[in-house]
Amino acid sequence: MSIAVPLENGAPRVVLSARGLRRDFGGFTAVKDVDLDVHHARVHALIGPNGAGKTTVFNLLTKFLQPTRGTITLLGEDITNTAPDKVARLGLVRSFQISAVFPHLTVLDNVRVALQRPNRLATQFWKPLSALDALNGKAEQLIRSVGLDKERNAAAADLSYGRKRVLEIATTLALDPKVLLLDEPMAGMGHEDVGMVAEIIREVARERAVLMVEHNLSVVATLCHHVTVLQRGEILAEGDYATVSEDPRVRTAYMGTEEA
Amino acid sequence: MTLTLELQNQKERRPIVAQTVFLGAGLVLLLLAPLFFYPVFLMKILCFALFACAFNLLLGYTGLLSFGHAAFFGGAAYFTAHAVKEGGLPVEFGLLVGVAGAALLGAVIGFFAIRRQGIYFAMITLALAQMFYFFCLQAEFTHGEDGIQSVPRGHLFGFIDLSQSSNMYYFVLAVFVIGIAVIWRIINSPFGMILKSIRENETRAISLGYSVRNYKLAAFVMSAALTGLAGGLKALVFQFATLTDVGWQMSGEVILMTLLGGIGTLIGPLFGAALVVTLQNYLATSEFPVTIITGVVFMVCVLLFRRGIVGEFYNSRLGRRLGFEHRHK
Repeated sequence: MSIAVPLENGAPRVVLSARGLRRDFGGFTAVKDVDLDVHHARVHALIGPNGAGKTTVFNLLTKFLQPTRGTITLLGEDITNTAPDKVARLGLVRSFQISAVFPHLTVLDNVRVALQRPNRLATQFWKPLSALDALNGKAEQLIRSVGLDKERNAAAADLSYGRKRVLEIATTLALDPKVLLLDEPMAGMGHEDVGMVAEIIREVARERAVLMVEHNLSVVATLCHHVTVLQRGEILAEGDYATVSEDPRVRTAYMGTEEA
Repeated sequence: MTLTLELQNQKERRPIVAQTVFLGAGLVLLLLAPLFFYPVFLMKILCFALFACAFNLLLGYTGLLSFGHAAFFGGAAYFTAHAVKEGGLPVEFGLLVGVAGAALLGAVIGFFAIRRQGIYFAMITLALAQMFYFFCLQAEFTHGEDGIQSVPRGHLFGFIDLSQSSNMYYFVLAVFVIGIAVIWRIINSPFGMILKSIRENETRAISLGYSVRNYKLAAFVMSAALTGLAGGLKALVFQFATLTDVGWQMSGEVILMTLLGGIGTLIGPLFGAALVVTLQNYLATSEFPVTIITGVVFMVCVLLFRRGIVGEFYNSRLGRRLGFEHRHK
């Protein structure tokens, strides 16, 4: 098989692809015949006006929603009918548009929960909680990398919106995923956090594939290698940022709804 | 630097000291209680307290509201009673039969119920538990309306005479403490952490790769098994097993006890159970209608302290100072 051929770690290759992806909700088609190729070591942006179907595409790719038609392939494996938790175990991990943290757990515990499964410390009901201290080193490293050291022992619910998003990124990275799907990772963040998260994404994308929904077009311009524009569930344009932003159809679609 | 560290240590040690004192005092009270109260009354409280704590493992720590736990409680009572009376098994093995039976029943009911969420989950557990109720009504070994009567308490380990009520009390207390210790261990374990994360945000737990259904089913079976321990114990205490323990009212009662005491606290359900059982005992001999009084108590509780008795205490200024506030999260 060609998949087995070892490739240079930083070389772009397709790791996640969708063909003819479609999802109907009753009579409404939210996503229509979308073809998508996400490459290793590349940041891929999915943009489009509100209601374009970006989050639905995310839900389909991560199998939180079952596509009406079409196929999804992850690292050479067909995952069209795979359960969402299995998809995550295969290395495709997502973040959510509305920040998804465990509100009553501390920042440290949030990250540790993410680390438990890959470290085989999730099913032991007979072991004391202190068994999880083995994860502290890795957890604290992740917490530091997103600048949450000071909030380490705070309940996630008490964090500001932007800090919750940062925490969610830390828990996503804890799984060491091969493909990251980030749904508006910078929405609601302060200026300095946007810069930091952009830097984190750039860093993780060296050895992973990243697909992100983002409204901040200056971030998209500086960070993303490839841009796909969705409109009413269909792909409107594709290419690098310069090409896409010159496209007159994209300009029309964005006029009045987004500022570039 | 060292000073602040020491201060921090002291700050962290105080709650642990306070909690140890509370725990010790509680144990001493339970050990001395038969001197002041009627043992059967105390044993009834302990059985229901264990039942409520086991139920709370599911409601408080996994976020699943089961409306069918009577099946495990009453079912285990039948299994234990039958094993001891007809099978002639010693009490300790009789209890194990009850636990195993309840766990099996929990696996079957849980398997179907965890496929749905919220109210649908509750309704499926109720429906399946009612099916079990009618099975018990019809089955041969339960003796229908009569129930299994005069179950012998026998001898523990072959030499401790359990027909003496003080011996029986300490046996029940020992089983109770073991049961609570098991629940405490499950809650404060790596597995318990995942249960809490599922309660907090199920979708996120799935996206982190946890097969949430398997964790829920495991928690359901554990809760059912521990409920079975309480049910079997109750059959030995009262020396009979009847239909009341499998009826839906019993499922409702345990919800009431848990909510009264404090959902998501380890010992809250204990207080809830004690309150409900005490009320029932005192009101049973009076003119007042029991159900109306417990209903009023429940309403007052929901309106005035929503976290339950123990939950409110943990959240009060005193509770916070003693370091309890994070315990119930």
